[in-house]
Amino acid sequence: MILLLRWLHRRLRRPPATAAPAAGRGRLALVLHQSRYDLRAFLRNKQSRFFTLILPLLFLVIFVSVFGNHVVGPDGVKASTYYVPGLSAMAVIAASFVNLVISITTQRESGVLKRRRSTPVPAWVLIAGRTLTAMGVSLVTMAVLLAVGRFAYGVHLPTRTIPGVAVTAVVGAAAFCVLGYALSTAIKSADAAQPMVQAIMLPLYFVSGVFIPNVNLPSWLRHVAEVFPVQHLADGLHHAYDPSATGVGIVWTDIGVLALWAAIGLAVALRRFSWTPAAATG
Amino acid sequence: MAAVADASTGIGGGSTPEPVVAVRGLRKRYGRLDAVAGIDLEVYRGEIFAFLGPNGAGKTTTVEILEGFRTRSDGEVSVLGVDPARGDGAWRNRVGAVLQESQPEPGLTVRECLQLYAGYYTEPREIDETITLVGLEEKADTLGEQLSGGQRRRLDVALALIGDPDLIFLDEPTTGFDPSARRTAWSVIDGLRSLGKTVFLTTHYMDEAEQLADRIAVIAAGRIVAEGTPGTLGGRHRMAATVRFTLPDATRPAELPQELRALAVGEDGQRVTLATQTPLLHVHTLAEWALARGVDLPDLDIRRPTLEDVYLELTDDKQEG
Repeated sequence: MILLLRWLHRRLRRPPATAAPAAGRGRLALVLHQSRYDLRAFLRNKQSRFFTLILPLLFLVIFVSVFGNHVVGPDGVKASTYYVPGLSAMAVIAASFVNLVISITTQRESGVLKRRRSTPVPAWVLIAGRTLTAMGVSLVTMAVLLAVGRFAYGVHLPTRTIPGVAVTAVVGAAAFCVLGYALSTAIKSADAAQPMVQAIMLPLYFVSGVFIPNVNLPSWLRHVAEVFPVQHLADGLHHAYDPSATGVGIVWTDIGVLALWAAIGLAVALRRFSWTPAAATG
Repeated sequence: MAAVADASTGIGGGSTPEPVVAVRGLRKRYGRLDAVAGIDLEVYRGEIFAFLGPNGAGKTTTVEILEGFRTRSDGEVSVLGVDPARGDGAWRNRVGAVLQESQPEPGLTVRECLQLYAGYYTEPREIDETITLVGLEEKADTLGEQLSGGQRRRLDVALALIGDPDLIFLDEPTTGFDPSARRTAWSVIDGLRSLGKTVFLTTHYMDEAEQLADRIAVIAAGRIVAEGTPGTLGGRHRMAATVRFTLPDATRPAELPQELRALAVGEDGQRVTLATQTPLLHVHTLAEWALARGVDLPDLDIRRPTLEDVYLELTDDKQEG
């Protein structure tokens, strides 16, 4: 999978033979330029690689082994068919939210973002480039989960519902990126970022059907989970993977809740996001 | 500061060169405290301008206003003819900044950092040439986080230069360096002069300002307390030089010529200290007198006031405020 991402990284923008004069380059090219270096930095970080790329895959192997690939969950599907979409939700959140929050907070507090803003690069290019990297990593990890599920456990994704998987994943990744930018505004030090995002996400993974089918939960806990976007991303993906699903596999209520959370995140990020260290003093 | 008086338009007519940085009445208020209490500054094309002051005097606040990172409470500011509060991409294309605290880009090598930043500018410098300029050739493929403090700072300078800016801000570029790293950094900064860049340097090191600067302004408690060249700052060129020597045991200070006794500012047994505006003349008189008597003065010492003496005098009484 890392090889696959490295390949993607090479495709993003081929390195120029000599130093790259940027004159006249389009804005899209600048976003790809930024995204390419963000992806490179991501791939060089052991912690990012493990938590974002390896862990969802590891969980797939563990959970399917624990449940013996028998029938689980509300839809009565095999454990593997349940866990590929559930852990795909985790993979999307790991790349688009957890990793993004940690890297953005660290870069802000170490003055990296401030220095970038002392250059002519527009703010939106930095945000778009980083978001593109997060979404790219999310989708590649999902594809690998599907491939492993397919060849190791016989998970079958109906061709009919591929649009459902794609749309839900892209909307989910975008929503969690926005939420990541929003949450980073509440974290004042790089050291606090990791414990903070894990403290938010671990309980939500458990109550939102990512780790365990949520039919086993008391109903009040399910109601709590329904408020948060993790449940709706996992739900949307579960539906799209369900062999008995009809249509293209899009659950519009799930998409709607994700979009609502994205709107809230955007409002917070636009109001509060800062490029300069929170710890800075005069 | 008299130079500021007739340059309000920023476009000098004929003899007055256009200032790259022009500041008039700049004020930054935090609550009831004036961190910057109405300062005037001008920096001209091609010069290295040192902005000197103790910690907390308002140096970084001023520089961050000039860089467009902070808003001001009052006053007029023009950097390359643009108000930094409204500086756009075209303006940032011409300004480079080494910020006071910034770490390398995580996960990227020196060369990759420069490639990333080169992509932000319309006409970047050549990457390898810039690496050579700051002396990081051997570290070009090393990750930024594996560099020493001095090397990181040089990478910062390279990143500030990669866009080939006209004006470069260096905010305390050598704080925390060991002496040899400082020497290296100084030669890099001095090299910017030969590239025709204008440099706005803030520092609290006297020797740094003296070594590098064409002109110095000293800020203390938010106000400019002196401005001048390293040689003339605070009236340094008019201050008396000190001549010190120890007379041999057999000779008493009272035996010195009247002309020299009149200059004595201190006598400690056989040790004599004179203050003189014309050290050459008076040392000549002293030497003639000593040679005529067959007296040697092996510890004879002539000393100008150092920039540090001037600076401490300028900033001392302002510190407590």
